[in-house]
Amino acid sequence: MLSTRNLNKSFGSLVVAQDIALELPKGVRYALIGPNGAGKTTLINLLTGMLRPDSGEITLSGGDITSLPPYARVRKGLVRTFQINTLFPQLTALESVTLAVLERERNAHNWWRRLASFDAAAEEAHGILRSLRLADGAHRTTRELAYGQQRLLEIALALATRPRVLLLDEPAAGVPKEESHELFTVISNLSSELTVLFIEHDMDVVFRFASRIIVMVGGRILVQGTPDEVAADRTVREVYLGKTHARAA
Amino acid sequence: MLSSLASVLFDGFAYGMLLFLLSVGLSVTLGMMNFVNLAHCSFAMVGGYVTVHLASRLGWPFLATLPVAFLAAALVSIVLERLLYRRLYRASDLDQCLFTIGIVFISIATYAWFYSTEQQSVRVPGWLTGTHRIGGLTFANYRVFLVVVGLAITALLILFLERTRFGAQVRAAVDNQRMARGLGIDVDRAFMLTFALGGGLAGLGGALSIQIVGLDPTFALSYLVYVLIVVAVGGLGSIGGSFAAAVVLGISDMAGKYYFPWLGAFLIYLVMVALLMWRPAGLFGKR
Amino acid sequence: MANASAHFVAQARWRPLEFVFWACTLLPFFVTPSYLSLASQIAITALFALSLDLILGYAGIVSLGHAAFFGVGAYTAGLIAKHYWTEPLSALALAGLAAGVAGYATSHIIVRFRHLALIMLTMGFGLLLAEAANSASDLTGGADGLQGFHVPGVLGFKFDMFGRTAYGYSLVALFLCFLVARRIIHSPFGLALRGIRENATRMPAIGAPSRAHLRKAYTIAAVVAGVAGGVLTQTTSTVSLEVLSFSRSADVLVILILGGAGRLYGGIVGAIIYMVARDQFSGANPQYWYFWIGVMLVAVVMFLPNGILGGLSALHKKSQ
Repeated sequence: MLSTRNLNKSFGSLVVAQDIALELPKGVRYALIGPNGAGKTTLINLLTGMLRPDSGEITLSGGDITSLPPYARVRKGLVRTFQINTLFPQLTALESVTLAVLERERNAHNWWRRLASFDAAAEEAHGILRSLRLADGAHRTTRELAYGQQRLLEIALALATRPRVLLLDEPAAGVPKEESHELFTVISNLSSELTVLFIEHDMDVVFRFASRIIVMVGGRILVQGTPDEVAADRTVREVYLGKTHARAA
Repeated sequence: MLSSLASVLFDGFAYGMLLFLLSVGLSVTLGMMNFVNLAHCSFAMVGGYVTVHLASRLGWPFLATLPVAFLAAALVSIVLERLLYRRLYRASDLDQCLFTIGIVFISIATYAWFYSTEQQSVRVPGWLTGTHRIGGLTFANYRVFLVVVGLAITALLILFLERTRFGAQVRAAVDNQRMARGLGIDVDRAFMLTFALGGGLAGLGGALSIQIVGLDPTFALSYLVYVLIVVAVGGLGSIGGSFAAAVVLGISDMAGKYYFPWLGAFLIYLVMVALLMWRPAGLFGKR
Repeated sequence: MANASAHFVAQARWRPLEFVFWACTLLPFFVTPSYLSLASQIAITALFALSLDLILGYAGIVSLGHAAFFGVGAYTAGLIAKHYWTEPLSALALAGLAAGVAGYATSHIIVRFRHLALIMLTMGFGLLLAEAANSASDLTGGADGLQGFHVPGVLGFKFDMFGRTAYGYSLVALFLCFLVARRIIHSPFGLALRGIRENATRMPAIGAPSRAHLRKAYTIAAVVAGVAGGVLTQTTSTVSLEVLSFSRSADVLVILILGGAGRLYGGIVGAIIYMVARDQFSGANPQYWYFWIGVMLVAVVMFLPNGILGGLSALHKKSQ
């Protein structure tokens, strides 16, 4: 579904991505883990086009998207969420999601018709909010929502674009443990047609929800494999998982 | 032909030194705190009017007024920063613009009230007027003076930044404020003193510019455009950038007035637009 | 369960206060007939401020050079009246079109930049145009301005010295453009612009072609500014370089912020207050005027960040 080869990026002498090769088949749930500064968010920025690679190719559904601007990649189905809430503070939850729906339908350029006449878009937006249990906050501005609800709104915005590949950057960042489980249940219940890659630090969640784990350290992919394979890998254990987890595995 | 070219280059360079003095403070404080202080030229005006007052009304010798102009402007900067500006460091760009433009308007009206809207002038010592001939080219003494002062101050600034501990703290704070704080650098104090230094330099520039461009209360606004151009083109937080941009702009302006008088100020604006489009963060900007 | 789009319907509904407001705009005809030319000026300035609101208040583009489009509209209308015909409505359409073309052309460059570079570029383009107009004195009359033409009237009404027709013309132009602006704001495009203003980073991430949206908004704003400039020319039968000046760009920015950006009526409210105050207070000494404007700007930023309308709306919320 989404693949990349030879992906490289440096800022002067700082190498943030080195020889990245990745393949995400359709419908999988992969986790991307690694210590802070490993380049995980940078990788997402490179894949989505927010950052230009020094070299490498990115392919989506067989088509080369390396030179496409970010919004065009979204239109082709490659969507991401942000680690830090990147929402519309003064728009209500409903307005935000409706906007995403309208953009998807290519209706956002329309300046002559009333917003009120786009019933279907508003209904769809409301449906998405309901599926994420955000319907109560639909008419509250984003600023007024609780932090956990804002994290869900991040996902709602992504879902409104009808993604085919979803890159989630620490979706449960800052969310207390009880709520993060709920959030991930929502994620795992997403369509099986949808390819998901999520960055996460909580190993319980990672081992529970991911079918495959990719470990990044210092801009390179250290190891990829099933959770068991990764847990058993010596270098991973030393570098990242720490002694307690390695012993438990 | 060649002599007029040399004279345009030299006069342009001298004008550039003036622009540099007026702008360097703004560039560094913008780079350090991202605070858009459009009232920067009001500090220049403070220096200018202090010199006018001391020299023309109290009879002080011109050169003696210069350090006072510097100190007065620096003092006003500190007072303004402590009392008002520090509340706005987290405000939006637009709010900072509007607030400081408000300060500009207040300062224009205040100076007009006390000194009227007439053009002011000062008497400079004899040896600063007139011209010198060197190798077939004529140089205006005052402009030579400007160049010498400008280069001397640039050298002092660079020495200060590169060789002193405080200078290192300033550089760190400009580069990465959060990190600098984390290292225990008192960024607020560094900022306040840098602000004072920048304001003082602007005051000095204002005092020095009376002889070249005159002084009236609208100075704070009319030169703001040029200062902003120097800062935007040179790159925020960069002394070298301000220097380069000031020189380029000074020479462009002189060349424009001499060779293409029908273009007026068009050339400067065109140069600015072109440079900004090529390098939006400025010639030496970091972002 | 209520219809999801009921929210949008409610948002777009006309409030009773709006009807009252527009009815009051007819008052100058009856209550203060000697001030009709000031009322005209206010209507024109309000229209200009409304055009700036479209890009500043709704899309978040800070422009210090918006007078460029006002000036293009003003000079186009003047040149048509001087060299071709004096029928104002067709000339006004062309004035708006010319300004729109200028806006469209510059928008391609403008939308690529943000922050200080953007502000400087808008200012730079404005200054460039003003200088060019100054130099091209064969065409524009240079510092003396465009003279020697007269627009007699519109649709059979004469522009007389009482200013009735002038105010009527300005007011109708303001109202019609206001209706268009209102339509835009309550459209999907208006929502997209607000999205850009609220979080420019998020927009491409939901598939929005932000630059295309911004170019469109900038062009529309330029057209409306051009119409305002054209109306000024036609009601006064003069054009001077002042219409392109930096001070006009700065003034309209101050007016919009005073009234409150992003609130549709902010420009109108700001224009009324600013110009009435200026008329009353600037009289003998313009210095004092600048002093109070300075104080007002400082006060607005510190205490009323959303302008007068924002302050009123906050008061209203508190009292509920």
